[in-house]
Amino acid sequence: MVDTHTVDARALVSPEPEPEPEPEPGSNAAAPVIELRGAGKTYRSGSIEFEALKGIDLAIHEGEYVAIMGPSGSGKSTIMNILGCLDTLTRGEYRLGGTDVNDLDEVELAEIRNRQIGFVFQGFNLLSSLPAWRNVELPLIYGGVPRHERRQRAEQALERVGLGNRFENKPGELSGGQQQRVAVARALVGEPTMILADEPTGNLDSVSTTDVLALFDELHVRGRTIVLITHELEVARRAARIVWVHDGEVVRDEVQDRDEPNDEVAA
Amino acid sequence: MSWLESLRTSWSAVYSHALRSTLTVLGILIGIAAVILTVGLGLGTQKDVSEQISSLGSNLLIVAPGSSTDTAGTRGGFGSSSTLTIADAEALESSVNAPDISGVAAEKTTSLSLEANDTNWTTSVTGTTEAWLDVRARTVSLGEFISADDEAASAAVVVLGSETADELFGTQRVVGQSVVISDKTFQVIGVLDSAGSDSSSNLDDVAIVPSSTAASVLVGGTDRTSVSTIYLQAASDGQLSAAYQEAETLLLNLHSITDSTAADFTISSQDALVSTATAVYATLTILLTGVAALSLLVGGIGVMNIMLVSVSERTREIGLRKALGAPPGAIRRQFLIEAAILGLSGGLLGAALGVTAAVLLPGVIGSSIVVSPAAVGLSIGVAIVIGISFGVYPATRAARLAPIDALRSE
Repeated sequence: MVDTHTVDARALVSPEPEPEPEPEPGSNAAAPVIELRGAGKTYRSGSIEFEALKGIDLAIHEGEYVAIMGPSGSGKSTIMNILGCLDTLTRGEYRLGGTDVNDLDEVELAEIRNRQIGFVFQGFNLLSSLPAWRNVELPLIYGGVPRHERRQRAEQALERVGLGNRFENKPGELSGGQQQRVAVARALVGEPTMILADEPTGNLDSVSTTDVLALFDELHVRGRTIVLITHELEVARRAARIVWVHDGEVVRDEVQDRDEPNDEVAA
Repeated sequence: MSWLESLRTSWSAVYSHALRSTLTVLGILIGIAAVILTVGLGLGTQKDVSEQISSLGSNLLIVAPGSSTDTAGTRGGFGSSSTLTIADAEALESSVNAPDISGVAAEKTTSLSLEANDTNWTTSVTGTTEAWLDVRARTVSLGEFISADDEAASAAVVVLGSETADELFGTQRVVGQSVVISDKTFQVIGVLDSAGSDSSSNLDDVAIVPSSTAASVLVGGTDRTSVSTIYLQAASDGQLSAAYQEAETLLLNLHSITDSTAADFTISSQDALVSTATAVYATLTILLTGVAALSLLVGGIGVMNIMLVSVSERTREIGLRKALGAPPGAIRRQFLIEAAILGLSGGLLGAALGVTAAVLLPGVIGSSIVVSPAAVGLSIGVAIVIGISFGVYPATRAARLAPIDALRSE
């Protein structure tokens, strides 16, 4: 279990006590959709404390394609859980689409996840007993969308990821790449504020990896905000911006020169 | 998420684990069917017994020799000694001494062989009087019953039970035929209507002769004046206990016994027989129903077990649903509805099986089963309640799972 006991003193001695977020690469004048300020997370198991995040500042604007990059144990999974509202900070602040997420209860967090976040997981996490379109409609069910509209939107989302002819196929009848496309369609269907992808290519062969990454490129070109968590540099290179995380801290934040893949997709 | 959506989701979960769901439902099903059947069997037996006892006649008191109040065990067993005599029966007929008794029929019964043409048939030959027909609530289908004249004349006439007549004469005309009993030829003057059988004897396999004839011809020796049973008919339902008192007082006097606990006869009423039998079967029914209810409880635990397995097996699914925006309430509801579906299907199928068996079984086991709609409705209700209450714990566990832990599990 996560112990959410606050250790405020740590925030004060944080190595990067920058109150003002630096101007974001490629940012417009609008407020960032995702904003972490002094975000810290300490896990406690018995008497052992582990500081997974040591006070992170991060701002992501609408339409950005950001890769969060780091080796395992660097804290990137914790960032993913925090950004995805699956876990809460022990200190600092997280604002998503202008809402301070930290004070919300379980039901409100569920609603935020439903409305604002489209998850893509490493293991796809599709329900094997349901056909593709039923998997895609799941977020809409919890969002209270009427039945007839759900099917329509689920089919549109599947068409958008290139699976227009696979509505009725169950996950077992689809290739890994296709399954991840279904997962992407599920992430898209609720029109969330951001797509949050956790090692989306971790379980895929190289062909499927290219396939899924091309899909992300395409979504980026169409203006989606995408946060991709990975430990593979080749994957991270596809993003417009890479945030390097190490030992619970942001060690580098760089804008990529990625004209080539962008042109390919846009063409 | 609406209830309808929860219902759809739950149904597809139940449906996609068809075998497991079926086995779980089976536990409830058997419990419900067992409850319906045992309650039905209990009620049916009670009904059978009270009908059998009622068929003895209405407002009936039965005087039998021997004592049931004896605790010392010094006297002979029930019915073994013939302490009742024809004189007792005649005294009870007196409207002065026993004004509340409207009919008296003394029976003297011996098992004898009847012979007609070339056929032999052993049956219970009963010597009695005219009043027997009324007191025992019987009717004659052919010919007539023995009369006061036959009694006075010790006439060699016999009235046969319907089965006895069948055995001896088959399809031939019966009335007017001759039957040889103990080397004496009797003329058949009537045949009784069928009355089925009571708990101890076949009421249709009898031969009735005038009691005077029975005393002088069929039974010799000292046993001549004794009778095996005296049937008394009270003038009405309300006079039954008065009739009981009169009969007891009179017989104690006649037998010169002062202490009623030392009586050498036993008077029992039809009501007493019915209520005793009913009480016995009611107790038995409660006992059996308890056993059946236990099996229902076991079925409920089965539901809980399967739901717990289902929750831990679907931890990832729960995590995913939560990540996609399912609030804890929706998850709890999904699992509760699943448990309720299992309980309800078990209840409905169990009720169907129980009712079907209740319709088919009586033909096989020969006792009737009364299906009470209340028992059926109640057991279906109980099945749902069992499903839900045994589902609460697993559902709550599912709802409490943290999404990240749930997603991470393999």
